Amino acid sequence: MDSEWVIDAQGLEKSYGSGASRFDALKGVSVQIAPGETVAIIGKSGSGKSTLMHLLALLDEPDQGTLQVAGRDAKSLSKRAVNELRNKEFGFVFQQFFLTPNVSVLDNVILPLKIAGMGGKERRRRGMEVLEQLELADKAGNKATTLSGGQKQRVVIGRALVNAPRVIFADEPTGNLDTATGTVVEDILFELNRSQGITLVIVTHDEELAARCDRQIYIRDGLVVSNTTQTHATGAHALIPAGGAA
Amino acid sequence: MRTKDLVATAISNTFRSKLRTTLTVLAIFVGAFTLTLTNAVGAGVSQYVDAQVGALGSPDVFIVTQASDETAAGDGPVKYDPNGSASVSSQQGPPGTTTKALTEADLTTIGDTAGIVSVDPIRSVLPDYIEYDSGTAYEFSINATSAVTTADLTAGAQLDGSATQAQLVLPDTYVTPLGFSSAADAVGASVSIGITDILGAAHTVDATVVGVSLESLLASGAGANDALIAELADAQSGGITTAVTSYGVAVAHFDTALSADAITALKADLATQGYSASTIEDQLGAVQTVINGIVGVLNAFAVIALIAAAFGIINTLLMSVQERTREIGLMKAMGMSGGKVYTLFSLEAIVIGFLGSAIGAAVAIGLGSALSAVLAQGLLSGLPGLNILLFEPASVAFVIGLVMLIAFLSGTLPAQRAAKQNPIESLRYE
Repeated sequence: MDSEWVIDAQGLEKSYGSGASRFDALKGVSVQIAPGETVAIIGKSGSGKSTLMHLLALLDEPDQGTLQVAGRDAKSLSKRAVNELRNKEFGFVFQQFFLTPNVSVLDNVILPLKIAGMGGKERRRRGMEVLEQLELADKAGNKATTLSGGQKQRVVIGRALVNAPRVIFADEPTGNLDTATGTVVEDILFELNRSQGITLVIVTHDEELAARCDRQIYIRDGLVVSNTTQTHATGAHALIPAGGAA
Repeated sequence: MRTKDLVATAISNTFRSKLRTTLTVLAIFVGAFTLTLTNAVGAGVSQYVDAQVGALGSPDVFIVTQASDETAAGDGPVKYDPNGSASVSSQQGPPGTTTKALTEADLTTIGDTAGIVSVDPIRSVLPDYIEYDSGTAYEFSINATSAVTTADLTAGAQLDGSATQAQLVLPDTYVTPLGFSSAADAVGASVSIGITDILGAAHTVDATVVGVSLESLLASGAGANDALIAELADAQSGGITTAVTSYGVAVAHFDTALSADAITALKADLATQGYSASTIEDQLGAVQTVINGIVGVLNAFAVIALIAAAFGIINTLLMSVQERTREIGLMKAMGMSGGKVYTLFSLEAIVIGFLGSAIGAAVAIGLGSALSAVLAQGLLSGLPGLNILLFEPASVAFVIGLVMLIAFLSGTLPAQRAAKQNPIESLRYE
């Protein structure tokens, strides 16, 4: 059954610092994320939601608890294997774009392929394919700095998508965008989930965005306070009191 | 990440902050420029000295004299020995000393020593003047060891030791005064050499000019082959054949295939037989040591400049790592290993080093060649054949390689810092 889960986390604990300044970001969180699912991790600033995402994305190691990815224990994986997993199976979208300035849009998009060691021609082909999909093909040669915010975030999604990942981790993907462009970016992400079956893990404090996901995991003070499955829509706000009461 | 991509990325990253890169490259430029020039001076002067050594003697000869008795204080005077005590004043010993003469028996002994191919006594001849075509006569001297030397020729050919014809290599300063239009014009001409014998009678000896040589710093006078020296010596002796039966100095040729160790052993062999043998290198070793010392000091200054530049590289790259924290974090999040990040930043350091050193070396070669040409015409015209700046491809390549190595070492600290960066810390923005 385990291998069916893309990611299976049990009792994750993580703390930063020591002594008086010790801060427990996570105090025992268990989460399962199934293939093709869209999951929102919701919480306030400092609730531990970003830490949870970092652990799930193998960017960090938990102090306690186990994490299995596709049936393999993350602890048993070598550094190299972890790097390869992140490179090949995961895509990342951050609130800030982290695009390399003075480098073309295409070069920004194909960075993961470059890291993977793919040949120049194949890289370009894949990169242009993704840019066309995101309707940015005409901007391929432009410097990343010349684009608008929405275009930049589309480039970032292109970069996350170019290696054909199983899972895209998005940390506040619309946090830096106005509502209209934010919606466009959300539409792209959910469309990818529908058409290509890419699992989405979205960290956000935006209830509307969270409501569009299959499942919402509410985090407060390092603990899961509510894990709800719902069909899209209306009741997102109604769930908050349940979380608050816990 | 493929090596090709790493290099390409490193190069393009280097040019991202153009002003900063330019300034760092300039600092390296100064060091590389200086180092290339000082190396060139060393090579130029060394080459000149080598040419002078060639003018003094071939590399395969010993200058052999009798070893002087070392009379320790309190031992009293050495007893007279009618067979071996003839003394001859010689230029070869330390100033103010005399060395004992070499007799024919000594020459045979030296010649029979294993490893010695041939031995010839040096007969010194003192001509009075030289004239051409009954023109003005000029004072003239012959270098006694010229038969075994290699002249720094501007025209003609080297002396032929086995020729029966009397041959002369003329210093180029004599060309115009004697009435030749050029050095090439002098080659093949017959000149008369005037010499006074020991009884006071004047003689002239004719010789053919086979070559014209540049004036040498260390060996003055014209070159004469064995035939000419023999003719002059005969004229000088005034028909008294018993006058010279002993010689101050002999020239011994040894096997050119001998190694440096074998030559040292051969010297020791001759020493146990009572002869002191020294090669031209021995005699000029001190000169070369001084030159190498001066070049070494100059190089040290250049290296100090490079060390200063190295701190510039460290600073530049540290700033670059700082500025690109997020980029590094992102690359690591996307699966780039710490080793590759390290390589990337090291390569950036090497690219900066290469830029600075290649430009520095190129400018040094351009400016130096021009300067060298100007100096050869002006300030250094008194030292013909001296090419003060000699750029050897190997030493230029060595300088570039050295600077790139220094740059790589400077890049170690920043690169390590970049490689160790935690992707989460780098990407944090809350």
